[in-house]
Parts: sequence; structure tokens; C-alpha cells
Amino acid sequence: MAIPRAKPSLPGPKDIYQVVLSNGITVLARSNFNSPSVSMGGYLPAGAIFESDQKLGLADFVASSLMRGTQTRSFDAIYNELESVGASMGFDSGVHNTSFGGRSLVEDLPLLLKLLSESLQTPTFPKDEIERLRAQLLTGLSIRAQGTSEMADMAFDQMLFDGHPYARPSDGFPETIQSITRKDMREFHRLFFGPRGLVIAIVGAIHPRKAVAEVERVLGGWQVPGQVEAQVLPPHRLIKKTLKRHHTIAGKSQSDLVIGMVGPARKDPEYMSASLGNSVLGQFGMMGRIGDAVREKSGLAYYAYSSLNSGLGPGTWEVNAGVNPANLKNVIDLIGKELRRFVKHGVTKQELTDSQANYIGRLPLSLESNRGVVSAVLNIHRYDLGMDYYQRYEGIVRGTTRADVLEAARKYIDPDRLVIATAGP
Amino acid sequence: MANPITQVTLKNDMKVMLKEIHTAPIISSWLWFRVGSRDEPTGKTGISHWTEHMQFKGTKKFPANKLDKAISREGGSWNASTSHDSTRYYETMPADKIDLVLRLEADRMQNSIFNEKEVASERTVIISEREGSQNEPMFRLGEAVQHYAFRVHPYHHEIIGDVADLRTITRDDLYTHYRRYYVPNNAVLAIAGDFETKSMLKRIKELFERIPKGAAPPRLARPEPEQKGELRFSMEGPGETTFVQLAYHSPNATDPDYFPLQVLDSLLNGASGLSNKTSRLYRALVDNGYAVDVSGWSDASIDPYLYRITITNHPKRKPEETIAVLDAEIKKLQDELINSDEIERAVKQARAVFAYGSENITHQAFWMGYTAMFSTYGWFTTYLNKLAKVTPQDVQRVARKYFQSSSRVIGIYIPKGNGG
Repeated sequence: MAIPRAKPSLPGPKDIYQVVLSNGITVLARSNFNSPSVSMGGYLPAGAIFESDQKLGLADFVASSLMRGTQTRSFDAIYNELESVGASMGFDSGVHNTSFGGRSLVEDLPLLLKLLSESLQTPTFPKDEIERLRAQLLTGLSIRAQGTSEMADMAFDQMLFDGHPYARPSDGFPETIQSITRKDMREFHRLFFGPRGLVIAIVGAIHPRKAVAEVERVLGGWQVPGQVEAQVLPPHRLIKKTLKRHHTIAGKSQSDLVIGMVGPARKDPEYMSASLGNSVLGQFGMMGRIGDAVREKSGLAYYAYSSLNSGLGPGTWEVNAGVNPANLKNVIDLIGKELRRFVKHGVTKQELTDSQANYIGRLPLSLESNRGVVSAVLNIHRYDLGMDYYQRYEGIVRGTTRADVLEAARKYIDPDRLVIATAGP
Repeated sequence: MANPITQVTLKNDMKVMLKEIHTAPIISSWLWFRVGSRDEPTGKTGISHWTEHMQFKGTKKFPANKLDKAISREGGSWNASTSHDSTRYYETMPADKIDLVLRLEADRMQNSIFNEKEVASERTVIISEREGSQNEPMFRLGEAVQHYAFRVHPYHHEIIGDVADLRTITRDDLYTHYRRYYVPNNAVLAIAGDFETKSMLKRIKELFERIPKGAAPPRLARPEPEQKGELRFSMEGPGETTFVQLAYHSPNATDPDYFPLQVLDSLLNGASGLSNKTSRLYRALVDNGYAVDVSGWSDASIDPYLYRITITNHPKRKPEETIAVLDAEIKKLQDELINSDEIERAVKQARAVFAYGSENITHQAFWMGYTAMFSTYGWFTTYLNKLAKVTPQDVQRVARKYFQSSSRVIGIYIPKGNGG
């Protein structure tokens, strides 16, 4: 049979090169000479957490505007440079961070970094471009209003995190997008954009030291003395009883549902136990126990799965399904039954062994492309996992016991205190 | 593209394509069958896609619910999909676990059970899949455009099929379809990754060569007559956003005009896989406030298919105004020769997209099998050269030949508000 020749190449302290520039920017770099391409990605702490309720969507609007014109280049000139060489770059925002990413042939990395640097440091928010973008964002929101999964997700976050920044949609509402001015955008950029807390990772056909030198050249001189510090996340309220909400969207043939609760943050010690438990519950094979009960045995949905979404703050642990409106109650009952079984009996030895093997076996797949490695090294940094995390990974996964999974399940899941959001006709 | 590939035809006429890549301990296997929604007569639409679903429902050796777990247990990633022209099954695995995949694929090529109860349960799953798609205005619009564009050719129906057929197709229909098309002489196995070709080929022969050859499966071929005159329709639905889709009949992937059209596509709508903000249509429609988004695409197909342009209309514009601006852009391409540096730009863009693809073993295995469905692997390896040979005159010629308003379909989705 086939004899494997390649050695697993897991990122680690020996090949991830990390440097903190004098202005506070952290640069992470790793070589991969298998393809003549390079990927970069990163983030800085300028997220929606800084927005007021009246200006919801401001961080998102700013992120979308950064490449719409800078002091030296117009929107068209920026994209002309990128697209002419087959490169791409983009910005996005979340509650905590504004993030960025891009890729190019390695010969064009200097261009990519120059455009990144200009977009971060000297955006001009040109009036015409902002209005064009506003129309696009508003259209995006009217399309969102018609999306059953988007509206169910939104209702879920609103109930689960009532009064907390995580309850708010980071793309805002039509009235808040209408109210945002160029002055708001400039002010947001002035206060929150700067080198402190900025992390950038570069992976591809380049020596790490050279990659760091390229970053230093374009971003090393950036100074923002007044850059406002990241805010501390307030605590969220506890759910005292099951909450339900249905968002009506007329004319739809399918409803979406989200059932869930608060989950661990990525740094919480229970994270891996919850993650492996979630794999059994709604991921492994054809979407785990949930997929088996709802799709395979009952034929009630095309998709039914659970996911654990863990970041800097409290995460969500949720079950999602798209079902015929007539079957909503039936599916909610089936999922409820699976959740009760999960917290009562936990997972079997075989189920846990299967998911552990899956986690270990799939790791090289997730680290195959430059983008995958960029994401992995950013995670190491963002969540303080340690440079040798991927080398310790197998031990962490194998060291998780059935009792750990059961404890995590019971800590987070109470089948009598769920948030149930549905959207559809 | 540097690594050479090995191509072998087994005694039962199954085609095998192997490419060694030793950058990571991963192997990706793609098994392709020459059957898709184009092979479905009226009354049986969706049967190819449904058969693909049934291939996950088990054999005696790999019973339903065990086979998915067997792959997942080894850390594999796997799935399947059905297109107009083909059906494919892929697994990307840690290299030392690939034998499981080979055994599974050899087994389910001939021994799937198609249990009556599983058929019944999958019927509602697929109808649910369709209902989910129907929630999207763009699915409804695209389906109607396709229907208008193909009156005769079986490209006229959606891959998922019509609900009327999804309700009536029987277990025996599915099983007959499976037995007819899932024969080794109708299959291509493409594997890329960290293996040694000699031993891999030996194992493939042990497992697949004993599968008996079947009768050559029929392919439905009803050529679409030339469209005489523009077809334009509107449809209503919930929402607040107007969408427009235009479809021009375009040549198949082996037609010499295919490559000038790829350059034309890159000028009009940007290169595939990249942003398109400096494309001609983005500048004309989005920068000038007629649309909030525009995109274009075509498929590499066996028979002539469609080049489609999709527009999210600006709320302050009428779709007719937007279409008029689009027409003016197309007329420019027909009247004026493009610069040769625009072709160089398209080639550089494609070179970058190829480099990104070469980071990924799954992607490389995909391309081997994919091209075998409508041409040969040479189609892929000579792609950049063929693009580089396109001249401004070629681009003008194909713009004139294919972008005729008299042979296009225009569909307009008119929103009726959030009340539905």
C-alpha cells in the first residue's frame, strides 16, 4: 500500500518567527515554499464594542471604507493595483477587532503590504464612495431581513445576550447606518486605529525575517499616541427560563431555527472538553447525534448540526436546523430530547475516541494552505495558546476524558433554560 | 502543475489519474461518474443528485451510519456533489488512511443497498434542501432563467430536480439509475498527494479492476436550437431588492472560443476568485450608481451552456436603466479593440489564482478529474498558454458572436415588500 513520505509539518516555536516592533505591532511569520504565493492576515482592537447603540454598524462601515480611498490613492487605483496582479485584500469587523486578510504571488507582497499600510493609516473616507457604500450596506440589510437563518441568528443573540455588546448585530440596522456620518467615521478611525494591539501574520514563499522587514518598512513608523485601549467586556445576564421568539418572514418555504445557550470562551479550561462534546452532539460523521436524529432517522431537515463558537468573551453553544415550517415543533422536541440525553449521560467511550481521532487526524488538513496556517498562528497569539500548541495538540485532545465532557456539558447546557429563536412564515 | 501525472485505463475501462505531491502527509481522492442532471428525462429530474445522497446510505460492508463515522474517525474530510454533467465523491485523508477510502469507493460503486426506508427518509431531506434554496430570490430567478434558456436541452432543469418528480421517483428508479451509470467504464478516479504511484496503482487495481464493466451508459443529447430573439420575463417575490440576471448562450469548454471568452469575462466581471472592483461592469454599473453589486460566470461544460451576469439593482434605479448601461458596455467591447495589456493582466490574474490552488492537494486532485469530464488534463495544464495566445481581435470577435441581445434571456426579480 501507499507509503507516506511527507512528515507532518505542524507550526511550532522553531518555525514561527515572532517579533514585536518598537511601536507595538506583533509580526508572526512562517515559510512555505511549496507554492509561489503568500497569505497575510491580522487584526487590531477596533471593533463594534466601541460603538453606541445609535451608531450601530459604525466599526463595520469604517472597515468597509478603508480601501475606498487613501491620501495617496483612490478606490479605483487601490483595486487596480491589486486586481492587476491577481492579489486580493479585505477588511472586516467584529465586536472586538477589525481584521484584515489578503494574498498575492510572493513577488507582489510588498505591494500588498503597502496597500494594507495606507488603508490602515491614511483612509480619507471620500464622500461619494461613502454614499455608494451606504447604499450597498442598506441593500445588504434588506437582503438580511429576508434571510431566515440570518434573522433567527439575530433573534437568538438578542435574547441570549440581552443588554450585552454581543446582543447587537455588527452590521447595524437601516436607521443606524443612515445616521452614520463621515465625521463619525473619521473620529472612530482617529481614536481606535493604531499600532498598539495590532497583530499581523505572514505565511508563504518568503523567509520569515524578510517578511518582518517588509512589515517594519511600511508599518514600523506608525505612531498613534492617543489610541484608545480596548474595553473590558461587561458580564452577561444569566438565562432564568427558556426563552422563545419567532420572527415572521412571509412567503418563505423553509424556517430556520437556533436553539442554544452561552458556551465557553476560547481561553476557558473547559473549551476542549466542550468542543469534543459538541463534536459528538452535532458534528461527527453526518452531523453527530443531532444530524442522526433530525436528518438521518426522521428525514426532517437537510441540515441540522450543533456548533461551539468561542472567542475572547463568552461563546455560544447552539443547534441550527433548516426545516419545513410544519415540522418546527417536532424538530425542536427532537433536539430538546438530544440535549437532555447529552447532559444526563454524556458521551460513550467509543464516541469520544472517535471524535478525538477525528480532531487529531484532520489537523494537517486545516494547516495545508497558507491561509490555514495564518489563521492557526493568529489563534495561537490571540488566545495565548503557546507557540507549541499544535505540537501539544494531540496530547490535549487525548487527555480529555468522558468525565470532562460531561462536566462541561452540565456546566453550560440546561435543557430547561434554553434560548429558542425561529424565523420563517 | 510541475508534478507530472500518471494516467492509466484499467482492464474494465475505468480511468485512473495519479499525481504525487509530497508537501504534506495528505491524500485526496476524487471518484467521478459521467452522469448529472443533464441525463434526466422529464419525470425523473433530480434523480442523479438523489442517487448521490443514497451513496451515503450504506452497503453491507459499510452500513449507513457506519461509513461516515469510519471516514470521520480517521480525520478525513469528505463529501459529494452533483452538477449538470457529472457526479463526484471526494475524501481528503491523512495519507496513511487512504486504503479505507479506496475500499469504500470500490464497494459503493457496486454494492449500495438503496433501502426503501432510507429512500423515503431522503425524499423529505431533499425536498427540505429545495425548500431552503427556494427561500432565496436568486435561486428562484436563476432557475427560471435556465428554464427559459433551454427549452430542449436537459440543462433546462435545476440539479436538485422538480418537486413533482421528487415526490414520485421510486426506490427502483433510483436503483436502476445507479446500476446504469455507476459502472467502472463510466468512472474516473483521480488521486493526488503523498503516495508512491506504483504501490497506489497496484492497490487500485486489486480493488477496482475486478468490478465488471457495464453497458456503455447512455447520455441524453438533445441539442438546443438557436434562440431567435430575446426572451425577457419578470417574477415577483418577497423582499425589497430587485435582482436582474442575464444569460447569453456560450460555447462548451473545448470550443476554441472558450478562452477568448475567459479573457472577456475577466474584463467584464473580473477574474474568478478575485475581487472585481476594476472590472468594466463594476465601474459602469456600481461606481455609477445603477447597481450595488454585479458578477458574472460561466461553467466549463460538455455542451454549450450559459454566460450569466447577475445584478443587484440599486434601489433608486429601474432595472431597464441598468440593462441599458450594461448594453452600452457590451457594445464597446464589440466596437473597440481592447489593449493587449488587458490580456496580459488576465493572464497574470489567472497565474496567481493557479498558484493559490496549488497550495491545496484537494484542489489539485479535483482539477484532474474535473477536466476529464469534458476534455483531458491537458486542458488544465495548457490553460495559461491558451489564455496568453488570445488576441484583441479574438475578444472582439467573441463579443460580437455571443453577446447578442437576440440570443439572451433576461430575468427580473421584482420585490413585493416584506409582507410577501
